[in-house]
Amino acid sequence: MDIAVNTSHSKYHVNDKGYYGRFGGAYIPEMLYPNVEELKEQYLQIIGEPAFQAEFEQLLKDYVGRPSPLFFAKRLSEKYKANIYLKREDLNHTGAHKVNNTIGQILLAQRLGKKKIIAETGAGQHGVATATVCALMGLECVVYMGSIDIERQAPNVARMKMLGATVVAATSGSKTLKDATNEAIRHWINHPVDTHYIIGSVVGPHPYPDMVARFQSVVSEEMRKQLEEKTGNTNPDYVIACVGGGSNAAGAFFHYLDEEKVKLVAVEAAGKGVNSGFSAATSQLGKMGIIHASKTLLMQTEDGQIVEPHSISAGLDYPGVGPLHAHLYETGRAQFLNATDDEALAAAYELSLLEGIIPALESAHALAKLKDLPLKPEDVVVVCLSGRGDKDLETYIKHLK
Amino acid sequence: MNRIDQLFLNKPQEILNIYCTAGFPALNDTLTIMETLQQSGADMVELGMPFSDPLADGPVIQESSTRAIANGMRISVLFEQLKGFRDRISLPVILMGYMNPVLQFGVENFCKQCAETGVDGIILPDLPMDEFETEYRPVFEKYGLHLIFLVTPETSEARIRKIDSLSKGFVYAVSSSSTTGKDKDMGDQQAYFARLKNMKLKNPVLIGFGIKDKQTFQAACANSNGAIIGSAFVKAIENSTNLQSSIQSFVQGIKG
Repeated sequence: MDIAVNTSHSKYHVNDKGYYGRFGGAYIPEMLYPNVEELKEQYLQIIGEPAFQAEFEQLLKDYVGRPSPLFFAKRLSEKYKANIYLKREDLNHTGAHKVNNTIGQILLAQRLGKKKIIAETGAGQHGVATATVCALMGLECVVYMGSIDIERQAPNVARMKMLGATVVAATSGSKTLKDATNEAIRHWINHPVDTHYIIGSVVGPHPYPDMVARFQSVVSEEMRKQLEEKTGNTNPDYVIACVGGGSNAAGAFFHYLDEEKVKLVAVEAAGKGVNSGFSAATSQLGKMGIIHASKTLLMQTEDGQIVEPHSISAGLDYPGVGPLHAHLYETGRAQFLNATDDEALAAAYELSLLEGIIPALESAHALAKLKDLPLKPEDVVVVCLSGRGDKDLETYIKHLK
Repeated sequence: MNRIDQLFLNKPQEILNIYCTAGFPALNDTLTIMETLQQSGADMVELGMPFSDPLADGPVIQESSTRAIANGMRISVLFEQLKGFRDRISLPVILMGYMNPVLQFGVENFCKQCAETGVDGIILPDLPMDEFETEYRPVFEKYGLHLIFLVTPETSEARIRKIDSLSKGFVYAVSSSSTTGKDKDMGDQQAYFARLKNMKLKNPVLIGFGIKDKQTFQAACANSNGAIIGSAFVKAIENSTNLQSSIQSFVQGIKG
């Protein structure tokens, strides 16, 4: 395990003040200062301890089922005339990449002596992953979820409840991920001493974006080994991942950030079209602002009020991106594309028929851009298949023609 | 002299600071509310600049912010409304809000407009103290604005000292670790209040969060220079059919 990799000299990793270029920081009210400071002071040391790493690695292997396979998608490769590999995060226990991070954070929370866990969730994948590790460790768990997302992700709500979590509906604002996050932060403000907030993406105050990225970096670490075995080269030509907050992309990109030859492609949700007024393509529509305590790119009005995003996928329905991604966008290190709801649906049907894999709607956004990249027959492309599509079946059925 | 400093010089005890969201209940109520508060005997006014995602606030203030934004309130409109208000109102006035709208308005422009209209102090709960110190302090000082920081029961003594050294006007002591409008028992907080009192800070201390009636106001005053009331006041006026009489009876209920 290489999660405590020395990144202090990289221009793409967080600096000691918690910034990626102009983005990051910790814009928190004083009520959260002790919690966030405690984390900031301790996270690197704790996750660097050999005992922590051993336990993390063991759980990833025996509980999550890692390493997740790197699958050569033959028929997809034939269609797009390149060598396309799928990093199968959908095969993880609980069905998405989210569990890599919740395993890490629950071990951290234990070491910080916390007794209760809160989390926010959009698609429900992070909520399920959090409820799962809380059950595993015997900790109380409260998950905030937008009331609209509760409706569109019913199977995951049922899973969380079965795992013993309390699911609380966020009914403010757009009633989606942004508001679930607000409510979780408020809960934390009201219960600061014994509670750890497991943020599910690379958002929030420093050190969350860096901490979550490190826990997810297991994805790119495995990719390197697996690619070397399969192709003789640790580096692919492209890594493609969808971005809402951006945790699966952060994990898929992590070990390649300083390998400038590897093209990093981040795919945002364009919703009904970037300029339709129903979109979540933050890099195109956002400007510098502060959301959920970090300075990043943010969809907002001229007056700085946060704009309600839209995406067919609950997990991408977020008006910001993590500060790492804002930095990757601004520096041009990653290429930011976007896929509409319809493109994502088409890509999901296509993968199902060509490879027998029903992807999560989120991951389908990444797949949807294969058609738009100037791929060459010798190119090696890895798509991070961040989650499986069972939770989206109702949406798929509704749109199936 | 800054009106906040002047106030504490003239009246060091039992300061009543009332919070209301600008542009609420109706867009143009703000000045009426301030004027009535002054006539009713409030000592200071905290005007909330509504934000779509007010993390430190509870549902009552969030709801008032949502309504105010829908009413058309925004920072530029607020400054329009505040033009010339000093002809009518002598109370110290503080603007409270979140960093993002202020950042979009421009921090320097914001401070300049505050000074020009006659605002005395600012509360920005999500502005990190370090960032204020390294980036914004000279701007606030240039325009004679007091930035007021929060402390909580969980804030360490060393950090309280630092906050006291950077704050001007007063220190805002959050009564318990909570968002605004939570019902918490002040009795539990005696040790924290006593700790603050014994630290003999250079700034006066006002206690806020959870102050809602005469009893909680007096409990706060027994341990500090006064208190801030927000959610309870917003609730008192949200469905009022006669703003002036609602405000008068609310303030009388606290002070009378």
